Amino acid sequence: MTEQNFPATPGLMAKALKEGIFAGVLALGMFLLYVGIKTDQNINNELIWYPRWGLLAIFVLVAGIGRFLIVGFVAPHINQRRLAKAKAGIPEVSEDKGFFRKHFLKIALVALVLYPPVVMSIYGTQGSLKFVDNFGIQILIYVMLAWGLNVVVGLAGLLDLGYVAFYAVGAYSYALLSDLFGLSFWVLLPIAGILAAFWGIILGFPVLRLRGDYLAIVTLAFGEIIRLVLINWTDVTHGTAGISGVAKASIFGIWSFDVGASNNFAKSFGLPMSSAYYKIFLFYVILALCMLTAYVTLRLRRMPIGRAWEALREDEIACRSLGINTVMTKLTAFAIGAMFGGFAGSFFAARQGFVSPESFVFLESAVILAIVVLGGMGSLTGIAIAAIAMVGGTELLREMEFLKLIFGPDFTPELYRMLLFGLAMIAVMLFKPRGFVGSREPTAFLKERKAVSGSFTKEGHG
Amino acid sequence: MEYFIQQLLNGLTLGSIYGLVAIGYTMVYGIIGMINFAHGDIFMLGGFAALIVFLILTSFFAGIPVALALLLMLIIAMLVTSLWNWTIERVAYRPLRGSFRLAPLITAIGMSIALSNFIQVTQGPRNKPVPPLINDVYHFGDITFSLKQLVIVIVTAVLLAVFWYIVHRTPLGRAQRATEQDRKMAALLGVDVDRTISITFVMGAALAAVAGTMYLMYYGVASFTDGFTPGVKAFTAAVLGGIGSLPGAVLGGLLIGLIESLWSAYFSIAYKDVATFAILAFVLIFKPTGILGRPEVEKV
Repeated sequence: MTEQNFPATPGLMAKALKEGIFAGVLALGMFLLYVGIKTDQNINNELIWYPRWGLLAIFVLVAGIGRFLIVGFVAPHINQRRLAKAKAGIPEVSEDKGFFRKHFLKIALVALVLYPPVVMSIYGTQGSLKFVDNFGIQILIYVMLAWGLNVVVGLAGLLDLGYVAFYAVGAYSYALLSDLFGLSFWVLLPIAGILAAFWGIILGFPVLRLRGDYLAIVTLAFGEIIRLVLINWTDVTHGTAGISGVAKASIFGIWSFDVGASNNFAKSFGLPMSSAYYKIFLFYVILALCMLTAYVTLRLRRMPIGRAWEALREDEIACRSLGINTVMTKLTAFAIGAMFGGFAGSFFAARQGFVSPESFVFLESAVILAIVVLGGMGSLTGIAIAAIAMVGGTELLREMEFLKLIFGPDFTPELYRMLLFGLAMIAVMLFKPRGFVGSREPTAFLKERKAVSGSFTKEGHG
Repeated sequence: MEYFIQQLLNGLTLGSIYGLVAIGYTMVYGIIGMINFAHGDIFMLGGFAALIVFLILTSFFAGIPVALALLLMLIIAMLVTSLWNWTIERVAYRPLRGSFRLAPLITAIGMSIALSNFIQVTQGPRNKPVPPLINDVYHFGDITFSLKQLVIVIVTAVLLAVFWYIVHRTPLGRAQRATEQDRKMAALLGVDVDRTISITFVMGAALAAVAGTMYLMYYGVASFTDGFTPGVKAFTAAVLGGIGSLPGAVLGGLLIGLIESLWSAYFSIAYKDVATFAILAFVLIFKPTGILGRPEVEKV
């Protein structure tokens, strides 16, 4: 093989220029109406429009120059590196990992347990609220939901687009039952899980015969039905107004977080009143719930039922031929996945103090599914990393005050949150189609453990 | 009886719009086997393109004939959404074609989120009302039939005829059907598979743009969230009819439109979408591949 020098390829610049101009023209066609023209309502509520040629020019130039640079410089560079790598041969996956990699899980767990006190000591009691609540609890809820959905999608290979329904069932179960019967969080948490599992079975029955995309659409429809019922059954659910004043969780009934209660946590310990203690308590609750989810999932994977799930994912017909009861296998996957969703839902209700159908839209299901897939399905660590990256990243955007200095005071980063989330989903998939963790340890192995590439397993076939 | 016929007409109008969008879903699914979640948002983009063209036209040429304005709106909306869908396929779906099945689904969902938020950011979050284009209404006894309903049904019927002709009688259609049956074999026999798939996306987008324009005309309001609910219903229609089947998509669309309008007329308007989805679930339980879908042959 002779050394090839890519940047010297004749005609490369001409090709890059051509592609750049093409991309610019394409961008002009795409953005002319939507970016070049802004529609707005005037005082009489009539639509008016005005041009934004400057912004349009920026869009077109970015597209054109970006494409030019990619074709002219980035792509040859990448090709060269790939060639060099191919020449060097495929490196063996090294068996001995570093100390950090080896003890990654223990380190991560210790870091999580120490997170609230550390944040509190740095930012003070009140200042820690944002970090514990927005970054800690918010991300952990998604970790838990994604791990729950992972049972259905990643392990059993059943594509579920309506997972948020079980989250909603859990949240409303807690909100309604605590309101009607005054039961405590710790009693209702398992009940919410059981109810959600029950709904999982209800969904599971009709979809037993469906495969692939038919399954996807029915689960999506199921999620929408639950949401629409929550909106319209106003006698019970208060419709779009939602249920407010949902009871807070307590520390096993010993200490309460209600301000007026005699056994208030802060009062009992002589601490200044602050909502930060409740958040820190909730942080540990959701951390424990996550650990429970992970433990149960890992345990189940080693049990016959977990093996049956993975067999079902790989090949349903072979699975049936070998005498595995696919009905039971599918139903348990739905039920257990839904149960975790129900736990997360009742936790969500206790944390928020307010539930409304707004929180359970399809977008949430999509976000959870995206986290599962982006994390590399079946890999708990990968999913946790994906949740931190995607949810933490969008939360971070709320904090970016300095962007106002660049784009002017009218700039609100929150507006761009979901836009960037969508684009990030596409980018991650394009560059890492197998998710953040592309390899995994097999659950069953002969003689020795060998990491297998993620591309050896099929997923989401239904 | 008059009331029933009235609802039937409304249902057919709505169903035509769903049917047009459903064709886009079903064709893309048939040819590359992916749920193009962003298709509903292409429909929304089409509506917005028509809205913006309408505004420009009425401000420059105040006395423009309605038919000409509508034609221009349709053509420009079709062109713009075609460009979008072509680019989307190129950027977000084609690189993942050899990848595992969920990868393009995730990029499609990401694209759907990105598109609706793109419109929210560039055009603002408020609903945009348009003055009614066509006001004429005909009365037959107690039944009223508006001209815009007639336009919607006729445009749909004409487009379907054109479309049917393209798919069944032209070399392009043959290439599409061949790619749908066996992509590898079609490529070996000289069909440019990439180009065929691109054209399929362009055709789907053009139909979605027509549907978007009709939707705007029918309801007189556009919003960046418009992609989701009609998109899901159109996808439901495609699945109900049997995904991959063109007549199935139209049939499914009409059925969904009828269920929706009849349910709101006779039962409760609040639960019309629940009824739609519940009927979908019931149909699929008894006929798991939809009404006109071919049963899949399972192989190990």
